[in-house]
Amino acid sequence: MQLVLRELRAAWAFVERNFNLTKRYWKWEVVFLAYTVANSVTMGFIGKGVESFSGAVVDVNYLILYMLIGSILWGYLSILFEIVAETVAWERWEETIEYTFMSPISRATHLLSVCWYSILYGLLRSVLILFFVSWFFKLNLSQANIAAAGGVLAVGSLSFIGLGMIAAILPLISPEKGVQVVHIFQALLLMFSGVYYEVEVLPMWMQKVAWISPATYALKGMREAILEGKAFTSLNNYTIPLLLMGIVMLPVGILTFKKMEEHAKKKGLLKRNG
Amino acid sequence: MNDDQKANNHKGGTAVITTNEAALSVNQVSKYFIKKRKDPLKAVDNITFSIDLGETFGVLGPNGSGKSTLIRMISTLLIPDQGTIEVFGYNTEKESVKVRGLINRVSVEASFFKKLSAIENLLFTAGLYGIPKKQAKEKLNTIFEKIGLDKKRLGDPIEDFSRGMQQKVSIARAFLTAPKLLLLDEPTTGLDPRAKREVQALIFEVKEQYGTTILLTTHDMYEAQELCSRVSILHKGQIRKMGKINELIESVPKTGFKEATLEDVFLHYTGTTLNAEQEKAEEMREVS
Repeated sequence: MQLVLRELRAAWAFVERNFNLTKRYWKWEVVFLAYTVANSVTMGFIGKGVESFSGAVVDVNYLILYMLIGSILWGYLSILFEIVAETVAWERWEETIEYTFMSPISRATHLLSVCWYSILYGLLRSVLILFFVSWFFKLNLSQANIAAAGGVLAVGSLSFIGLGMIAAILPLISPEKGVQVVHIFQALLLMFSGVYYEVEVLPMWMQKVAWISPATYALKGMREAILEGKAFTSLNNYTIPLLLMGIVMLPVGILTFKKMEEHAKKKGLLKRNG
Repeated sequence: MNDDQKANNHKGGTAVITTNEAALSVNQVSKYFIKKRKDPLKAVDNITFSIDLGETFGVLGPNGSGKSTLIRMISTLLIPDQGTIEVFGYNTEKESVKVRGLINRVSVEASFFKKLSAIENLLFTAGLYGIPKKQAKEKLNTIFEKIGLDKKRLGDPIEDFSRGMQQKVSIARAFLTAPKLLLLDEPTTGLDPRAKREVQALIFEVKEQYGTTILLTTHDMYEAQELCSRVSILHKGQIRKMGKINELIESVPKTGFKEATLEDVFLHYTGTTLNAEQEKAEEMREVS
């Protein structure tokens, strides 16, 4: 019991520390939020502009929502991925990495509490963006099944966290190149997962890759819940693969991280200088 | 510690120490770093020593002698290539979480989240060590008084603090977790003389008051002489000499009529003399 309490206190310490850092860097938070809102609004206008490009009659509200779901969901998933994947790089930059790795907590507690913060932070930002964009485009969400969309988001978060943990290994084993590779990986996920288009428009080999990306299922599930008002239970085609990916990726992420931490400690990669 | 004792100690989830164990035991430890297209660098080369409970042990050595690598191995941040390290009987590689609960470290760099305040940084540490917030705040109040930290400034970001003050917060962080073994890795390097004296006085007080076992690495001879009961001279990853300070002083030849100092011991065992250093410096000046 004492051990559980200690780990819970440690988990909360990570969440609180990260929110304190968010508070201290509030000016940057405003910059990132403004950038994401502008980006989402731009995506909405692209949806609106399709009618004038093609001359065809399209359901503009549907198209705007289609683009916006992509933009907002991608914003959320990429935050989750980035925060978890850059945990090591961030602490290395702040020069606190050795003290965090020297504390008597399990690595699972460390990583999962960073994930917990990333979910809370990502949700907060996404709700703010959704609120602003809905007001801006006066979107009709009466058909949307918000609860089902939330369910897909929750299941999708698991696999994205697992993916983030696997990506977090890169900065651990390569202090110089790790973060760059994380960003390339993130860009590829964006391209393959049909954030702003259906994956079916991709060449066949890219479609094959798309079906192993959790973002593909999360996007499809969310779109069907919001655009077609489908119930959570009728989204099994997306939620089951997402759940399976989460169940596999989460423990694999933690175990691989621990293994690579041992490698980093053998090779002296945790801290570069000294 | 035998297996039965260890098993009993592990039941509570936290490490328990027994007084008949050496606080730190380093057995034939080596650490090499392999850089691309270069020969392996022997940072620590077959080192053996132990520290008794409550002892303050100094490791003296020039820059690059392997002091920080040694400290990092004891802190579980590096895994030795050869040999074993035990902290109160717990193996640093196999029982690293237990070891981490018994140690803390103060290094050259204060290593804090610079935008966060001192109190935010310290409460984060308290959380990591499972100390309830209320208890941590009470404990910190006592520590702040002891180390002379101005409470009014505790809400300021660490980046606004002087180096000396940052180092004091770093010491407060170490005290907060009540380590059984305190690792001090050049804690006064880069501090002005006043801050240096204050930090040294603090270390002395901890040693006297709490009986904490301390491993201090430094290249400040005065500091070593004031604080340590035994020292070892580390050079090129190897222990060149180890013993009580007076024994070491007696082991080197006198310079003229003067008694040898710890500095003479250091220069003698690191294979260089002050004269040689001066000659080298003069040569360099002539060349430039």
